[in-house]
Amino acid sequence: MKRFTPPMIPSSAITPETIYRERRALLKTMGFAGLSSLLGDAWISDAVAASDALTPYEHVTGYNNFYELGLDKTDPAANASQLKTAPWSVVIEGEVAKPGVLTLEDIVKPHAQEERIYRLRCVEAWSMVIPWTGFALKDLLARFEPTSKAKYVAFESIYDPENLPGQKNNSSGLHWPYVEGLRMDEAMHPLTILATGLYGKTLPNQNGAPLRLVVPWKYGFKSIKSIVKIRLQEEQPKTTWNVSSPREYGFYANVNPDVDHPRWSQATERRLPSSLLKPNRIPTQMFNGYAEQVAALYKGMDLRVNI
Amino acid sequence: MADVFRKKLTIPAWLRWVIHVLLCLPFCWLIAKGVLNTLDPDPGKTLVHGLGLWALRFLLLTLAITPLNRFTPIQWLPLRRTLGLYTLTYALLHLSAYTFFYLGLDFSTLARELVKRPYIVVGTTALLMLIALGVTSTKGWQRRLGRRWKKLHRLVYPAAVLVVIHFAWQVKSGLGHAPWYALVFVLLMLLRVKKSM
Repeated sequence: MKRFTPPMIPSSAITPETIYRERRALLKTMGFAGLSSLLGDAWISDAVAASDALTPYEHVTGYNNFYELGLDKTDPAANASQLKTAPWSVVIEGEVAKPGVLTLEDIVKPHAQEERIYRLRCVEAWSMVIPWTGFALKDLLARFEPTSKAKYVAFESIYDPENLPGQKNNSSGLHWPYVEGLRMDEAMHPLTILATGLYGKTLPNQNGAPLRLVVPWKYGFKSIKSIVKIRLQEEQPKTTWNVSSPREYGFYANVNPDVDHPRWSQATERRLPSSLLKPNRIPTQMFNGYAEQVAALYKGMDLRVNI
Repeated sequence: MADVFRKKLTIPAWLRWVIHVLLCLPFCWLIAKGVLNTLDPDPGKTLVHGLGLWALRFLLLTLAITPLNRFTPIQWLPLRRTLGLYTLTYALLHLSAYTFFYLGLDFSTLARELVKRPYIVVGTTALLMLIALGVTSTKGWQRRLGRRWKKLHRLVYPAAVLVVIHFAWQVKSGLGHAPWYALVFVLLMLLRVKKSM
């Protein structure tokens, strides 16, 4: 069998973080600060571009949890070619007036691509800062006209055990396909996006190409990758990690420094990249620092019970 | 029970030095990798996991000495203490690295974590056993404890079981490679059962 060699991206082709930020600052002064500010969503404008230092491209694309492509953090990049992203279509079904099967192009094209710099907090207590490109999930859902019965959104990832090594040998013991879900108000929140790229490039396979969810105030496993189905429904959907270990992973999975994972503390996180001399440990923020924008969604809920 | 081999070859001094170097290599390798491999954004985690894994491997090697001694014409026994002490050293380095990289040297958190998390409690218990064995591994303690020394040092068996559980328990899903280590442990135990028949 031919051994896969990852495509060589010359270092010259990757925009260094400093230059990347300068460009963004320039655009901002010229008045192109992104769609959200054009629309005047002032209350989320702080949140759409985190001021934290960006995690370099090679780490964002070289250190991934994507069990369909292998268990180790470097496996998804090494096995990236096993994920076939073309052709790609997405099923939209359930409680919508206009269900359908859409090609990737039909999904993406009507939406202006916008940049979001979000913190990503993994449930394993490490975190990154990633510049995504994508569009608000609410704008996509609106196109299919959700009915009054649409209380939740269920997502499903690609199922391709012939090609995806993690589904073929199932070393993780998870049930495939990977499924996730959001409550309707979470899905309609302006911070919730579908990403199609990062660092201004097309989304690499190991990051969940061609279309993935990004919910910045929840642990990373909620942000399902390589989506093939979006279903609106009345009942709360099953979610993969919750099925696997309900005591450890809840449906909500909001980042919360006060509620520990049963096996480790969530009070702090290792902001990557860290080094042996500079471990880069920082306190974890409530809702990953997006409390101002999302805390209202959970008003009156006991977040110790609804993990 | 008498040994099958009447005359045993002793391990020459130079070879013992080689063995010491070999036992230090994983540590040097992990540190070098942590410093040089800029592709790993989380070298602290790699170090913590690596040190723990090598402590387990050395513990199984320590347990392999008795059967090796029985089934080969080489006098392995003097190596057992060396291997045991390396196991203890790697286990202590594993805990130190965890304290530094995972807890940021916050010792109040350390105290809390050591008694709060079931899989860490299991690891801590194993480590306490290994410390007891390490401290009493000298000739002086062997003399002082007499017959009780042998009894005390049987603690190595429950310690090994706990270490395998500690290893299996920290995996996010499934059991990881732990079943393979458990299998090796069971084999090493079976080789002992045979001896007493």
